[in-house]
Amino acid sequence: MTRQMTGAKMVVQALKDQGVDTVFGYPGGAVLPIYDEIFQQNDIKHVLVRHEQAAVHAAEGYARSTGKVGVALVTSGPGATNAVTGLTDALMDSIPIVVLSGQVPTFMIGTDGFQEADTVGITRPCTKHNWLVKDTDKLSETLHQAFHVATSGRPGPVLVDLPKDVQFADGEYTPPAKVKMGHYKPRLKASIEEINDIVALIEKAERPVFYTGGGVINSGPGASQLLRELVDATGFPITSTLMGLGAYPASGKGWLGMLGMHGLYEANMAMHGCDLMINIGARFDDRITGRIQDFSPNSKKIHVDIDPSSINKIIHVDLPVIGDVGHVLEDVLKVWKSRGRKKADLSAWWAQIEEWKEVRCLTYKNSETVIKPQYALERLEALTKGMDRYVTTEVGQHQMWAAQFLGFEDPNRWMTSGGLGTMGYGFPASIGVQMAHPQSLVINVAGEASWLMNMQEMGTAMQYRLPVKQFILNNERLGMVRQWQQLLHGERYSSSWSESLPDFVKLAEAFGAKGIQCSDPKDLDDAIMEMIKYDGPVIFDCLVEKHENCFPMIPSGKPHNEMLLGEASVEGAIKSDGAVLV
Amino acid sequence: MSALRIQHGSSSHSAYDLRDYHAEVIEKHTLAVLVDNEAGVLARVIGLFSGRGYNIESLTVAEVDHEGHRSRITVVTTGTRDVIEQIKAQVGRIVPVHEVHDLTVEGPSIERELALFKVEGTGNNRIEALRLAEIFRANVVDSTLESFVFEMTGTSEKIDAFAELMRPLGLVETARTGVAALARGGKA
Ligand SMILES: Cc1ncc(C[n+]2csc(CCOP(=O)(O)OP(=O)(O)O)c2C)c(N)n1
Ligand SMILES: [Mg+2]
Repeated sequence: MTRQMTGAKMVVQALKDQGVDTVFGYPGGAVLPIYDEIFQQNDIKHVLVRHEQAAVHAAEGYARSTGKVGVALVTSGPGATNAVTGLTDALMDSIPIVVLSGQVPTFMIGTDGFQEADTVGITRPCTKHNWLVKDTDKLSETLHQAFHVATSGRPGPVLVDLPKDVQFADGEYTPPAKVKMGHYKPRLKASIEEINDIVALIEKAERPVFYTGGGVINSGPGASQLLRELVDATGFPITSTLMGLGAYPASGKGWLGMLGMHGLYEANMAMHGCDLMINIGARFDDRITGRIQDFSPNSKKIHVDIDPSSINKIIHVDLPVIGDVGHVLEDVLKVWKSRGRKKADLSAWWAQIEEWKEVRCLTYKNSETVIKPQYALERLEALTKGMDRYVTTEVGQHQMWAAQFLGFEDPNRWMTSGGLGTMGYGFPASIGVQMAHPQSLVINVAGEASWLMNMQEMGTAMQYRLPVKQFILNNERLGMVRQWQQLLHGERYSSSWSESLPDFVKLAEAFGAKGIQCSDPKDLDDAIMEMIKYDGPVIFDCLVEKHENCFPMIPSGKPHNEMLLGEASVEGAIKSDGAVLV
Repeated sequence: MSALRIQHGSSSHSAYDLRDYHAEVIEKHTLAVLVDNEAGVLARVIGLFSGRGYNIESLTVAEVDHEGHRSRITVVTTGTRDVIEQIKAQVGRIVPVHEVHDLTVEGPSIERELALFKVEGTGNNRIEALRLAEIFRANVVDSTLESFVFEMTGTSEKIDAFAELMRPLGLVETARTGVAALARGGKA
């Protein structure tokens, strides 16, 4: 069944047929026909953000918290260029989003028309794929393909550029079922030999560790369930990247906490000392590996990833397995069970891990008078733990502390910019999450500097009555920058003070939201409860210790077993050759 | 099979088995990349090379299957074995890319390049240029009283060698197509 309709109508029809219920966007001349169609229907909700970057981050938040595709709609030229940071963010973190951009009419392309930009050229390196649609008859097919590419294999952002004349013209609409998806079909299942090889390594391992990442989350809730089953049945310890938090519950028996640059001592030491590393859906990012030459020197390494280009990119592995995490886990579990659930005696390994845990690497010096950022997060965790809670973050020290001190029991509950490290991500992401989960508690753990980068979204939160809680750990510093300057640049604090900050309470009030400020540890619990109970957006200005450093820390260029555990270990620990690394 | 060409059940196909990865030997590989002939596909491939810092020694592209809208990109690139493997995997995941073949490791292959050389000169130089052209089986495709344009097909090495000889004899301009390559034997 094909139908004639305008390109603009097709866009809306295709979104409906793809199951889209929410679009984050901002109008302009080149997308007016689409906005006109949106106006004349009720199935798809449009959320008017205040900046296109925020539209894309909101779409990311929506996608990450639902497992569905996030959709953003922007106009040509500046609308499209404003979307670039969000696209790059989604590419680095493998988040499935579809961005629709307006374009000048086809006959004006290349003439430097008003609000013309080479959008497919600009976004080519920051999308998984992109299309310029020049023919209305091809439009619906392209849109369906865009959803297919965004979600299959390693997910990622795609962009479809829509010239205005294509939106106005009539063409034939093709429904999704009728569209040929082309050759793009990534491999999902591993071979039985590969599964057998994994199981054989599991059976023999004496010091195993699971190292899991965002791929588990992306593979869907079923994959997390299978991971839990496998980890608990084998009794192996498990650590996760920043991206993978929640796939295995923080309260689970095997949980070691996050690994990496600001990961837990026991997690990094286990990675360093293991004899079998089972990497599931993680990519040996430089925040994880530290010094490559000394990375986990005595282990056999298995790497399960859906993207062949992740294999042997950074770390050479013994057993590369290309496939979808969920499929591979299911098969491994089945085969491991059928072969008699064999495993080595792990008691010595666990005893060693317990010893590492005794170091209590997250210990910090609390204060009676000043709120320590770690304390603020401990209290936030204690007071919201059991709730139906979603957490987003900005980027900086607060982000790392949030990863260390908040516990995630389920996947899709934790949204943070990992690969790109985008300040300004958290607030719009929280808006996207809240749109998808109107009844849930959505908290953005923010730094004051990051938060200012997309603070205009207060307008969006107010307009759509989104009760997002902006929990700002205000240290009046670009804290993470300040920490690096202290440790690596002779305490020369070049431009890392957050000067001339607004009065966040008044700022909240100016938008009609609630502002809360807290500076005394004794008031903190009540203030947090007040934030949670308030039915509307809240800016929580939590004045914290200004010069707290985030530990543990593996300085750039150091291996896992040379972590800095606290202020005392810092002296002279960082060499200038590490300073060139980021 | 994946773009990495990791065989089924290939636990032995580990990076440790492949090579001594500490040895930073730079190799030259010829890749044949079959792509949908759609707008921007070449930009995607080239952009990947420049964006990730890979080398391009030579690049040719043309549609080879008109009905199937398929083009063949032949890239000659250099890098360590690791880098070459990454290049193949990275190129392989570009959506409109169908196949990536590493002709350098997939068995014997033929590589050819076409070149045009303009050589100016009179007297002995002119005679010597013509004599060498004959030895190299280069054709004269244009001539004036003071110049020749030679056309020559061959391996890049042969073309390099000819260019080297022509230089002192009055070589003023060169145009080369870059490498086209096919695997030997009957199978595609
Ligand atoms: C868009 C962007 N610009 C710059 C940076 C570099 N950067 C990383 S953390 C940071 C400071 C963040 O300060 P704040 O949000 O207050 O968080 P804190 O570290 O103080 O908790 C900066 C500038 C970045 N990650 N993103
Ligand atoms: Mg700060």
